[in-house]
Amino acid sequence: MKISFTLNGKPISRDVAPDKRLIDFLREDLGLIGTKEGCGKGECGSCTVLMDGEAVCSCLLLCAQVQGRHITTIEGVQSGNELHPVQQAFIETGAVQCGFCTPGFVMSSAALLEKNPEPNEDEIRRAVAGNLCRCTGYSKIVKGIRIAGKRMREKS
Amino acid sequence: MKKKNPTSIIGSRTARSDALAKVCGTEKFVADYMYDGMLHVAVIRSPVPHGELQGSNRRELEAMPGVVAVLFAEDIPGKNCIPVVLSDMPCLATGNVLYVGEPVGLIGAETPEAARKACAAARLDIRPLPAITDPEKSRDENAPKLYGDENVFTHLVMRSGDVQTAFQKASVIVEGTYRTPYQEHAYLEPQGMIATPEGDGAMKVTGSMQCPFYVQDAVAQVLGLPLAKVRIVQSTTGGAFGGKEDVPSFVATQAALVAHATGRSARLIYSREEDITTTSKRHPAVLHYRTAADKKGNLLAVEADYILDGGAYTTLSPVVLWRSIVHSVGPYRCPNIKVDARAVATNRVPCGAFRGFGSPQVLFAVESQMDRLADELGIEPAEFRRRNLLKSGDKTSTGQVLKDSVGSHQTLENALSAAGKAPEKKVSSSKRAGRGISTIFYGVGLGAGGEHLARTGATVQILRDGSAVFSVGTTEMGQGMRTALGQIVAEALGIPFERVQMTATDTSRVPDSGPTVASRATTMSGNALLSACKPIRETLFAVAAPLLNTTTDKLKLTQGQIESPSKTIPLQDVIDECFQRRENLAAEGWYRVEGTTFDKSTGQGDAYVTYAWSTNVVDIEVDTETGVVEVKRIFAAHDVGRAVNVSGVEGQIEGGSVQGMGYALMEDILSEDGVIRNPQFSTYIIPTAVDTPEIKPVIVEVPFEGGPFGAKGFGEQPLMGIAPAIANAISDAVGVRINELPLTPERVFAALNQKNKNED
Ligand code: FES
Ligand code: FES
Repeated sequence: MKISFTLNGKPISRDVAPDKRLIDFLREDLGLIGTKEGCGKGECGSCTVLMDGEAVCSCLLLCAQVQGRHITTIEGVQSGNELHPVQQAFIETGAVQCGFCTPGFVMSSAALLEKNPEPNEDEIRRAVAGNLCRCTGYSKIVKGIRIAGKRMREKS
Repeated sequence: MKKKNPTSIIGSRTARSDALAKVCGTEKFVADYMYDGMLHVAVIRSPVPHGELQGSNRRELEAMPGVVAVLFAEDIPGKNCIPVVLSDMPCLATGNVLYVGEPVGLIGAETPEAARKACAAARLDIRPLPAITDPEKSRDENAPKLYGDENVFTHLVMRSGDVQTAFQKASVIVEGTYRTPYQEHAYLEPQGMIATPEGDGAMKVTGSMQCPFYVQDAVAQVLGLPLAKVRIVQSTTGGAFGGKEDVPSFVATQAALVAHATGRSARLIYSREEDITTTSKRHPAVLHYRTAADKKGNLLAVEADYILDGGAYTTLSPVVLWRSIVHSVGPYRCPNIKVDARAVATNRVPCGAFRGFGSPQVLFAVESQMDRLADELGIEPAEFRRRNLLKSGDKTSTGQVLKDSVGSHQTLENALSAAGKAPEKKVSSSKRAGRGISTIFYGVGLGAGGEHLARTGATVQILRDGSAVFSVGTTEMGQGMRTALGQIVAEALGIPFERVQMTATDTSRVPDSGPTVASRATTMSGNALLSACKPIRETLFAVAAPLLNTTTDKLKLTQGQIESPSKTIPLQDVIDECFQRRENLAAEGWYRVEGTTFDKSTGQGDAYVTYAWSTNVVDIEVDTETGVVEVKRIFAAHDVGRAVNVSGVEGQIEGGSVQGMGYALMEDILSEDGVIRNPQFSTYIIPTAVDTPEIKPVIVEVPFEGGPFGAKGFGEQPLMGIAPAIANAISDAVGVRINELPLTPERVFAALNQKNKNED
C-alpha cells in the first residue's frame, strides 16, 4: 500500500507492506539507522521516534499507522547544522557511554522539553522511564536534560 | 606522588571522542551495516535441557522458500569446538544436547523472515535424558554425569593458618548460607556479527565484541583456517559488561559457517529473547560462610565452602572461580583461612563473565558476615572494618604483601565523610531509614589466573600534518577506553586531543593483545601506547636538539612544542623536519605484566599486580507495610590510582552502582527445569531512571607506579559492593537480615513478618 506522511519535516510517499514495522521501514528502506532496536517489544525505548510530537516506540508501530502523521527521527532533530540542545548537553555532561540507547533518550527528552520546558527532577526521570540505559546509571542523562531545558528557556 | 600539571589533559573532563556521532545517531553498530546479497542467519536450538540428538528434518528445511543453507555439526569444516578456557563446548551440538537453547543447526536465508520461518519449522529428534537443573543437586551421587565423575568443572582451595584452632579461640563466630541469583548483562545492543568471505579463502567477521582475538581463534578453528586468514573487526559495541567476552565467539562462528558454506556475507543479530535465554550470565551461587573474630574486633578466621553454577559447559567458569576465590575473604587481614570453591555443571545455560567476575557473589557473603560480626561485638560496622582493612605492608588472604597504591582506608574515610550524618531512623509511620556500608577490593587485570594472556600491543604514528593515529588490541564497548587512550597519546606526544584518532580495533593491525576484560584496557593499552610513543619522542628530541642548540636530555615535550631551558620550538616544525629527513615517526608498543604467582594447592601467591579499593555507603528507606526498599543515596568511593578522565570515571561509578543496585533489589532470571521464563525487559526488570538514587562518586587517587600516569583499572568495582551495602542497610533500618538476593519486597516483607512473629 502507499503511505504518505511527513518525515523529518519533509513529505514522503512510498509503497510499503502495511504490516511492516515503522522501525524496519526507517532503517532498511530509508537507511535511517539512528533509530535502534534493543528489544522489538516496546520495552527499552532505543527505537523512540516522535509522532506528532509524542515519543513513541517505532518497533510497535506499523507503517499503516503513520499515514498522514508527522514523524521525527534522530536524524531530524537537529536544526540545520546546529545540534538539538539535548544532544549538545549530553556530550558535555558525559551522558553517553556505549551510545546505543542515546538516540532514544534524545528523542524522549526532546518531546518532554517541547511540552514542558521547565521539568523538575521527577518529571525528567518519569519522561525517560521508558528508556533503558545499562551503562550510565542515568545521572548524567538527567543532568543533561536539565541543562538543555535551561538553555532552551534562556533562548526563547 | 607526581605533581599535577594544570595544563595536562590527564585528569580532565575531556568530552568523549565518540559522543557527537552517538548523539546524532550516526555511529554504526553491527546491525547498521547492510551488504548487498547478504544472507540472514538463524540458529536452530535445543528445546530440552538434556537429550540425545537423533536426527532432524533437514531436507524439509532445505526446500523451504528463501533458504540457502542448512548446516549441522557434520557440515563444520574445521574443529567443532569453541575454544574458551577448555574446549568442551561444541559450536553445534552433536551427540547430546546439554541445555535449552544450545545451538544445533544453522539456517542461512535470503531474508530475516525466511530464516526465522525455517528455524521455527525445524524439528529435532531428541531422546530426552534426566537433567540437572538445580546446582545444589549437581554433586548428588545419583545425578546424571555431565562433566567428569562429580560434575565439578573446577575445584579451587585457599588455605592459610589453622582455622580449627582459631575457631576454638574466637570470641564471636557467625555462620550463614547465602544465595545469589543469575544476573543478565542486559547490554542494550544485542549480540550480532556479520561474516564476509574475502579473496584467497579468507574470512572477515565484523561485530559487537570485547575480545577480537578470542573470536579470531574460534572462527579459525571452526572453519579450519589458519589465523592469518581470519580477520576480526570490532564494530561499535553497545555495552558488554562481560557478556561479550566469550559469547561473540559463538555468534561469529555461527555467521561464519554460513558465509563459508555459501560464499556470501552472512549476518546474525540475536533477538532480545534469544540473547537473554541462550547467552552467558552471572553465575548463581550458594555460599556457606563461617567467620570468627576476637573480642577486640580482630578478624580471626574465615571458613567458606561455595558453589557457582557453571551451566552446561566450562566456558569461563574456571577463571571466574579463580577471581572469586581470591576475593573470598574480602579486603581484610585474616590469619586463618580455609575456602573451598567449586564450579559445578548443570543442564542450564553456561554462565560466564559479568562485571566483577565471580566476586560480587562472595563479597555479598563476606560483607554481610562482617556486619553480623560487628553487631555481635557491639562495634560500629565502619569501625570494625577500619580495624581489619588491609593497608600498605599488610598481607592479603593469598599472602601477597601490599606495596603501593593501597587507597583502602582513604576510600573508607572519604566515603564516610561524604555521607555525613546518618539519616533519622523513623521516616514516617511505616517507613524506616537505614545506612549500610561495604568495603571491597578488586584485583586489577588478569592476575595469575590469566597471566599467559597478560600482554598487549599498540601502534602509534604521527602524520605529516602533526595529527596522530593509533591502534590497540583492546576494545571500546562504552566504558570510555578510546577517549582515555586518546588522552594518553595526546599527553605523551604533545598533540591536541582533537587531532588524535583511534582506529577500529582490528586483529590485522596489532598483535594478539589478549581480551578486554578484568578492567585492563586503559592500563594495559595505555602502557603499550606509552611504550610506542617512547621511540617517537626520542626521534623528535634527536631532531629538535640541534635546532635548539642543546642536547636531548635537556628537552621537554609539552602541548604543541618542544622546550629547552632557554628556547622553544613548535612541535610542527620538528615534525616537518622529521619528514624532511625521512625519519620514522611510527612505532609499535608492547606491554606485558610480570610477577604474578599462584600456588593452586594452597591458593597462596601474588595474585594480582595491584588492587583497586572501594567503600560504598548506602542510605535506604524500607516500607514496613510493603517490604519495598528504596535506595536514597549511594556514596561510592573508589581508589582508581589516577583518573585519566574524571567524567569517564564518574560514569563508570554511576553506571556500575546502578547495575549493583539492580542485582541487589530486582534482577532475577526465573529458570524452571532449565527453561528461562522471563526473557524480556518487561519481566527481567533492570533499574530505570525513576529507580535510581542520587549517586555521589568519590574519587580517590593513590597512584599505581605500573599504570599509565598512575592509573589502574577499576571499571568492574562499582557494581561489586552495592548489594551487601544495601543488605546491611536493610538490617540497620528494620533489623532483618536477608541472605538471598535479590532483596525483593516479598523477601523483605516475609523477613519482617518472621521477625514480628519471633518477637510476639
Ligand atoms: S526496540 Fe522498540 S522499545 Fe525496544
Ligand atoms: S549508554 Fe549504553 S545503554 Fe545507555
